Amino acid sequence: MIPAAFEYHRPSDIAAALSILTEYGDDARVIAGGHSLVPMMKLRMAEVPHLIDLQDIGTLRGIDVGADRIRIGAMTTQHDLINHDALTNAAPTIRETALQIADPQVRYMGTIGGNVANGDPGNDMPALMQCLDATFYLTGPNGERTVSAREFYFAAYATDREDDEILTAIEFAHPMPGFAYEKQKRKIGDYATAAAAVLIQRDGERCTGASIAMTNLSDTPVFAEDAAATLVGTAVDSAAIAAAIEAMQQAIDPSEDNRGPVPFKRHIAGVVLQRAIERAWSRA
Amino acid sequence: MNEKAPLDRDERISNLKGMGCSRKRVEDVRFTQGRGNYVDDVKLPGMLFGDFVRSPYAHARIKSIDTEAAKAIPGVIAVLTAADLAPLNLHWMPTLAGDKQMVLADGKVLFQGQEVAFVVAEDRYAAADGIEAVVVDYEELPVITDPFKALADDAVVLREDLEAGADGAHGPRRHHNHIFLWEAGDKTTTEQAIDSADVVAEEMVYYHRTHPCPLETCGSVASMDKITGKLTLWGTFQAPHVVRTVASLLSGIEEHNIRVISPDIGGGFGNKVGVYPGYVCSIVASIVTGKPVKWVEDRMENLMATAFARDYWMKGRISATKEGKITGLECHVTADHGAFDACADPTKFPAGFFHICTGSYDIPTAYVGVDGVYTNKAPGGVAYRCSFRVTEAAYFIERMIEVLAIELDMDAAELRRINFIRQDQFPYQSALGWEYDSGDYHTAWDKAMAAVGYDDLRKEQAEMVEAFKRGESRKLLGIGLTHFTEIVGAGPVKNCDILGMGMFDSCEIRIHPTGSAIARLGTISQGQGHATTFAQILATEIGIQADSITVEEGDTDTAPYGLGTYGSRSTPVAGAATAMAGRKIRAKAQMIAAYLLEVHDDDVEFDVDRFVVKGAPERFKTMKEIAYAAYNQAIPGVEPGLEAVSYYDPPNMTYPFGAYICVMEIDVDTGTHHVRQMYALDDCGTRINPMVIDGQVHGGLTEAYAIAMGQEIAYDEIGNCKTGTLMDFFIPTSFETPHYTTDHTVTPSPHHPIGAKGVGESPNVGGVPAFSNAVHDAFRAFGLRQSHMPHDQWRIWETANKLGMHA
Ligand SMILES: Cc1cc2nc3c(=O)[nH]c(=O)nc-3n(C[C@H](O)[C@H](O)[C@H](O)COP(=O)(O)OP(=O)(O)OC[C@H]3O[C@@H](n4cnc5c(N)ncnc54)[C@H](O)[C@@H]3O)c2cc1C
Repeated sequence: MIPAAFEYHRPSDIAAALSILTEYGDDARVIAGGHSLVPMMKLRMAEVPHLIDLQDIGTLRGIDVGADRIRIGAMTTQHDLINHDALTNAAPTIRETALQIADPQVRYMGTIGGNVANGDPGNDMPALMQCLDATFYLTGPNGERTVSAREFYFAAYATDREDDEILTAIEFAHPMPGFAYEKQKRKIGDYATAAAAVLIQRDGERCTGASIAMTNLSDTPVFAEDAAATLVGTAVDSAAIAAAIEAMQQAIDPSEDNRGPVPFKRHIAGVVLQRAIERAWSRA
Repeated sequence: MNEKAPLDRDERISNLKGMGCSRKRVEDVRFTQGRGNYVDDVKLPGMLFGDFVRSPYAHARIKSIDTEAAKAIPGVIAVLTAADLAPLNLHWMPTLAGDKQMVLADGKVLFQGQEVAFVVAEDRYAAADGIEAVVVDYEELPVITDPFKALADDAVVLREDLEAGADGAHGPRRHHNHIFLWEAGDKTTTEQAIDSADVVAEEMVYYHRTHPCPLETCGSVASMDKITGKLTLWGTFQAPHVVRTVASLLSGIEEHNIRVISPDIGGGFGNKVGVYPGYVCSIVASIVTGKPVKWVEDRMENLMATAFARDYWMKGRISATKEGKITGLECHVTADHGAFDACADPTKFPAGFFHICTGSYDIPTAYVGVDGVYTNKAPGGVAYRCSFRVTEAAYFIERMIEVLAIELDMDAAELRRINFIRQDQFPYQSALGWEYDSGDYHTAWDKAMAAVGYDDLRKEQAEMVEAFKRGESRKLLGIGLTHFTEIVGAGPVKNCDILGMGMFDSCEIRIHPTGSAIARLGTISQGQGHATTFAQILATEIGIQADSITVEEGDTDTAPYGLGTYGSRSTPVAGAATAMAGRKIRAKAQMIAAYLLEVHDDDVEFDVDRFVVKGAPERFKTMKEIAYAAYNQAIPGVEPGLEAVSYYDPPNMTYPFGAYICVMEIDVDTGTHHVRQMYALDDCGTRINPMVIDGQVHGGLTEAYAIAMGQEIAYDEIGNCKTGTLMDFFIPTSFETPHYTTDHTVTPSPHHPIGAKGVGESPNVGGVPAFSNAVHDAFRAFGLRQSHMPHDQWRIWETANKLGMHA
């Protein structure tokens, strides 16, 4: 559990970080909270001769709750997300989700940027970002570009981010009022056996908008567009929920691991989605 | 007034902080402030670090090992392989179970994580780089992870070093992957009893492979001083004196030139009883380099390569009359020992004390047979917070009772009650050869039933079943019953030894002139709080305040020889030695007191902290005064000084018991559970420190909860360990850990000097069946008889699924 030797860089602005990234190419990687990257380095599954620490770059940190949109700097920690009142008022689903990540020690260090850039299907924030229809801001040698969270993930650890790009911020519109992030795990500190992020808009007894995404049920987060569509226009009764689960099942592709075999995971995916929909509906 | 009023007798007793007092643990001051001194805290000038190249394969031939590139890495001093150890005859070492084990891979590897080469470097970082640079050429061989398949005719030969057809350490081996068959009881009468019985229940009960996983992993620091010829060895040893003897026998270094020190130990639970390749390699590396060498494994190495626990496939039959009176019990175990038989059991007991498996019940005839088998898994089979295989035995009988209750269509609490050994039957001779020293099971059971409100729980359970059947609820209630009987305190030298060393234990006491004392024991605390509780025994025995008594263990140059701490033996054996040594002190103190008081020896009597003249309580000498006199007065016929030593050979084991009840809610859809109540009544005889007992029970119950509900060492079909990190190996956090209710009855051991029986392991022994029975009980109404632990979410879900509960 000892990593290979590496050089440690600690730039104080994005330009400096980018120039180190460009200089060392494949041999360089940025580190945020280190709570996904450092374990990989210790297991020597990741070898990073040049480690670029982003923590001195102040512009990457911070939460801005605007009138239309909410912007969160990539280096904002999960702990900061949980304790930001304005963010919790505007988008309570962020807090509910962040509280289900790991444990307080990990959340003091782990960042939202690292969580979404990592590309591990076990991370919780990516599905939530897809559910929120968030936009990721990436800066590279050729300047800034944006990409939708729903288009960002290709496969496990493979994302749309180029090796020489830094994720600077995420942004999303004020979300629909009904929300829930329902996660089943084995214990505190565990990744999801299955988790569901749900947002719902309600007009009386009718659902007028919905968004659904699932965690750790494929090699990427799963944006379950069809499942959400089945809810819209219904009274979110048991038939509608069953139809949403049915549609979600078409979109996921879980694999067996120590958390259980595929049929179990599919069953749990249904249970967490049902519970998330019911809770989101009751809050909408 | 200058003089304080004399203390009354009660005040004098409470000042002693002797037996029965919830004295705060003296160790915790340093532990809670980060001032413990563990093996990894030992730092010596010029110290080197050793680390292992480990096998990625579960079974492979080693074609070559190339260490050149590793040796070229800056900071790497040496790389040892089996070829380097062979001239010293240290490439293999004996195990505690009469087998032998490779120190470094000799021609082949037999489990994933096996030690292949030892890289010695100036620091850990260079050692880690050196490991990466060692090139090993492996040729993969067929892998066996299933002990039943290991015994197939055409199974690949695992241990090529063993001569085909030759006997093993425990008699004939009937197959090349067979280790031993060990039997107890009368097979013929048992079969007759069962075959002719009204009712027979038959079941395969599997107690899965798990691991003690102490917070501190294993490690050692060896320092060979070539000038004095003295080897000092710090290590995570639960039995430092035995390690010294073994080290001397293996290395040829005379025993007086070896000093073994167990410093603070961060939990052992059996994991630190055996001898590991890392210890041997650190010693050899220190001899070779002339420098101190440290080896400390990381968590993954600890889980993958050091001693596991359990892995017992127990096929049982139990029979009874129509009324539920048990008539016979039979068990055949297939025991998966992994690549080498490195169990830590008393030498004559290759299946430990598994034959305590008649449990708390009066069973007229019984038979057990245990087949030990080799597979491509890590070696071990240690007593994880239990006395040798007692957890397996308790789980087996407590499951068989439940299955029999189903067969009889009877309440499982009632079935237990009518079969308990009655109080008037003690001392009780069990069908499998033990003499239970004492017990009062009915009293404990009735107290437990009343405490949890058993009848109401059954009503609530029935209502929940009805609600489930009506489709109104998806939750079930399980009531997990257990009445366990342990056998601890190994043990009588006539039949208990480890590598020939009798399993006595020892205590040496020195009273200082000013009336404080130091006591040294042959045991070693790993968190049990010996420094606290043994001082309490002495305080009561010799009348010196516990706060004025230092208890020291673990340094073989200063402590008397003892067999160490495991199998709940410290209080039954070393605790007895402590009391006996204390009594020798008291006997001499009596002579001194009589001399000082100018009366005959028989005319004084001990009273809390002093000797008083019989009938004249105002004439007395305190122990403080007596201690001073021992050093400053010439007393005719009495040697100066006040010291004593006792080596205690216990006449019998002790038999703690308990009644545990777990009330658990289960969500049929998610496989999740909620422990609503966990009630644990323990009878460990005389209670030395109730708070320490509570702490031990809480810790053991938490381990039991982990084992029953999620903790396992699992392998895939090619022998990869799937649970080598704490992400997958379940250690409950404060969040998962249930709340506990503790309770007790007191049935002192009749043969122990203070009547104490040992308690540290009871909660692990009794806890596992209580949690597991709760899961099974929840599904009883739906037809479940037996399922395998651990009861993690997917397995509970699968149980429900197979019973058609998701349709
Ligand atoms: C015990 C434990 C339990 C955990 N449980 C959970 C859990 O339940 N749910 C969950 O979601 N996570 C969990 N995690 C992961 C944790 O949330 C991580 O902190 C998070 O995944 C990564 O964030 P980080 O800031 O630590 O990133 P790092 O580890 O520093 O980086 C992760 C990856 O992202 C890249 N990266 C980081 N920041 C940027 C950036 N700004 N631009 C470009 N690339 C970047 C890095 O180069 C690296 O490849 C757990 C971690 C641990 C140790």
